[in-house]
Amino acid sequence: MEATLEKKYTYKDFESDQEVRWCPGCDDYVILRSMQKALPEMGVKKEEVVFISGIGCSSRFPYYMNTYGMHSIHGRAPAIATGVKLANPNLSVWVMTGDGDAMAIGGNHFIHVLRRNINLNIVLFNNEIYGLTKGQFSPTSTVGQKTKSSPYGNTQPPFNPGELALGANARFFGRIGGNVPKDISQMLIEAHQFKGTSLIEVLQNCVIFNDGCYSNITNKDVKEDKQIFLEHGKPMIFGKNRDKGLVLNKLKLEVVTIGENGITEEDLLVHDAKEKDPTMHQMLVRLQYPVATGIIRSYDDVTLEEREDELTKQVKKNSKFTKTNDLFYSGEIYMVK
Amino acid sequence: MITDKMELQPEVLEAVVIRFVGDSGDGMQLTGTQFSDTSAMFGNDIATFPNYPSEIRAPQGSLYGVSGFQVHIGSVEVSTPGDNLDLLVAMNPAGLKTNLYALKPGHTIIVDSNAFNKKNLEKAQYQTNPLEDHSLDNYRVIQADMTSLTKEALKDVEGLDNKAITRSKNMFALGMVYWMYGRAKEHTIEFFNKKFKSSPNLIEANTKVLNAGYYFAETLELIPNAYTISPAKMPSGTYRVIMGNTATAWGFLAAAEKSGFELFLGSYPITPATDILHELVKHKHFGVKAFQAEDEIAGISSAIGAAFAGDLAITTTSGPGLALKGEALGLAMMIELPLVVVNVQRGGPSTGLPTKTEQSDLLQAMYGRNGESPVIVIAASTPSNCFNFAYQAAKLALEHMTPVILLTDGYIANGSAPWKIQSIEELPEIKNHISKEAVEDWHPYTRNEDTLARNWGIPGTAGFEHRVGGLEKDNVTGNVNQAPENHEKMTEIRAEKVKRVRNYIPDITTEFADSGDLLVIGWGGTYGSLHSAVKQINQEGYKNIGFAHFNYLNPLPKNTEDLLKRFKKIVVCELNNGQFAKVLRINFSGIEFLQFNKIQGLPFGNNELIDEFKKLVK
Repeated sequence: MEATLEKKYTYKDFESDQEVRWCPGCDDYVILRSMQKALPEMGVKKEEVVFISGIGCSSRFPYYMNTYGMHSIHGRAPAIATGVKLANPNLSVWVMTGDGDAMAIGGNHFIHVLRRNINLNIVLFNNEIYGLTKGQFSPTSTVGQKTKSSPYGNTQPPFNPGELALGANARFFGRIGGNVPKDISQMLIEAHQFKGTSLIEVLQNCVIFNDGCYSNITNKDVKEDKQIFLEHGKPMIFGKNRDKGLVLNKLKLEVVTIGENGITEEDLLVHDAKEKDPTMHQMLVRLQYPVATGIIRSYDDVTLEEREDELTKQVKKNSKFTKTNDLFYSGEIYMVK
Repeated sequence: MITDKMELQPEVLEAVVIRFVGDSGDGMQLTGTQFSDTSAMFGNDIATFPNYPSEIRAPQGSLYGVSGFQVHIGSVEVSTPGDNLDLLVAMNPAGLKTNLYALKPGHTIIVDSNAFNKKNLEKAQYQTNPLEDHSLDNYRVIQADMTSLTKEALKDVEGLDNKAITRSKNMFALGMVYWMYGRAKEHTIEFFNKKFKSSPNLIEANTKVLNAGYYFAETLELIPNAYTISPAKMPSGTYRVIMGNTATAWGFLAAAEKSGFELFLGSYPITPATDILHELVKHKHFGVKAFQAEDEIAGISSAIGAAFAGDLAITTTSGPGLALKGEALGLAMMIELPLVVVNVQRGGPSTGLPTKTEQSDLLQAMYGRNGESPVIVIAASTPSNCFNFAYQAAKLALEHMTPVILLTDGYIANGSAPWKIQSIEELPEIKNHISKEAVEDWHPYTRNEDTLARNWGIPGTAGFEHRVGGLEKDNVTGNVNQAPENHEKMTEIRAEKVKRVRNYIPDITTEFADSGDLLVIGWGGTYGSLHSAVKQINQEGYKNIGFAHFNYLNPLPKNTEDLLKRFKKIVVCELNNGQFAKVLRINFSGIEFLQFNKIQGLPFGNNELIDEFKKLVK
């Protein structure tokens, strides 16, 4: 595809003429710019890119992209995107969604799009709060969290998006902080290249209603100690001094320190994102300390379009029908004179 | 074996109504379908009405588990499955008990006498055996030991279990009825050959039982072979028998081919609409993309996505599903994409009567969305014209860039009738509003001056990149614009766009009388019942009764008011509580609309209509 592309885009080619209206300081700006910078690297034509969103702050995204786009209704973006992709499999289709949009009102579509493995990309802006409706708890808000709709503390235990996604047989799952534009761009490119449904959870700060919800994970001064950035084929190592790592102790992941108790780098687990069995990926997405970021799962599988395409070819080959008249005049017909 | 209390003269009949009834596992639908197909191929006009319980296999012998299939065959035009039966075939006491009311006095009942045992009689709440207690003396009862005769016929066929044997007794009944009405068995034997291709013993078994029934009837000299029904006089051409739902599916296939679009169906199974999905998934060879979604909302949402990406997109459902699709339909209306929503109506509200017919979703179709949200609403009126109205729905959606709701109902969707095949060449052109070549100052909401349809820029084409969405948009650019005046203007434009469809649909016409004392109004699937009732009353001498049947419900035909003013009285007949009457009152405030309504999950009967009309003109 790259070879046929005549001009190389810059991020400016993907900026629409609409004024961006998110709150000043919102991570959404970072994600928007990361996307605009990643697209020229993907080798797709501008007219072949489609952004579909639901409702919520994140879902304003398509208006700001100079591509095809639809700002649809609450929760339904994965279903609409599925229709777009089935109608024209050549398009690069992106679902932009939030924690409420994807996992509350749109929970059903979210799990089914992952199950089917259609080749589209989902970017989940997880800020653990409803922003556009001004601050109610979401399906990812923590227990005890005080919000406008839980003044005495939230009593509903949250989803972990990665856990839910892997449970729905997601083939690609990545998690990334909302404050690292280059890493976000890189992950968007890899999601684009992945054949199948890819899901990226962005740990996105809401400056107004849930400010600092990830500060103890994503802030510059703590992130190396609190996050483990996973890369396929590399040891599970983290920490400012690169001296911490993960090992398997019975059925649990355990943090160890290199140099203590005779532990060396060779003892650490090596990340295998391409493994079919999601057991290890599930353990990684559940990990509280360190929080796993990077591409946690990237398992190559047959896509829905491939199955459909193969079946259509077979049916066409074996069918005697090419025009509707062939069908209408087939079987039991009779003449009236 | 035969209780022949009534003297029957052999006769040539114009039309006959037959009902096959039995347990929901007795194969009555298949038996009825075979009889109606064979009759159609013989040249009769037919109308059928399957009536079955919502349970798949209700407890055997129970009153509520009775499944029936009624067929009306004629040497004259028949437009309804008929009211009163000439022949009732009852495979068990429960079937007899629940259907006897419909049989004309003096007419024939065929029963499987083996099934009239103590257990079945108790389940049917008979105190005494009706075959013995003289309660059927006013009818002609033909008793056949179908179960044991079937077993006997199959004693030499290998590889059949008891279940397979008893299941084929419906073919014994069919064989008897074939002989009585002089029908050939070949069509049905051919059907066995195809259906049981991989099980030769089932072909043999069914053929044997069919023959056994046929010869049994022949041997009983007491059955007069005089129920001959000559072929009907129908317009010449090539025909086939088609079910409403199949006709709907095929109308969309034809529209896709004619318009050059690929057909996309997003759907979730729901009775009685699912057969459209069943039909369309078969046609991958035409490039049909039929997607069974995770729910009703995903059904319409995927169709909206496909429409955005340039397919001819449809979604199919029934009442409760339309409720779920409401919000997404509002989006399709707002972003002005072509989309067809088929609602095969059933008895409501809520889950209601899933397998029964009703016309109670009209107001939901017209008004069941938030905000000012007009869409085109049309309705098919016979099993075979489901084809034309599906085609027309697709044409209107594409030419006017708007969602269209096509209403059918369980009655015409499951009913079958002869269809004069319409080949693709005969069908009208379908235009579209796709932007092809990039022009300066292209905007997604630049409109066609006549129809107000907007430009359709398809993803994948350079130069038309644009965003649409559910937020109010600026006219022309389509960008978000929530200014007060703009919202009002856009609301008016969207309404005007649908209103202008009046200029593209046919005028409403009347049958039987152009003016006079009474105008009978109907819409949708009641055409057959109303037409035959008005026809009959007309033949009885009531020449001042006219009949107007609406297929276009929003907008209404331009000449509607003119028509209404030519009659002294107007009665609107509907299988609901007066929904179209309400619509007419809103549109034509000075005119009085009387109502005749039936809400029993059943079609109108001929007699109840005629009685009502006579009362109104007295």
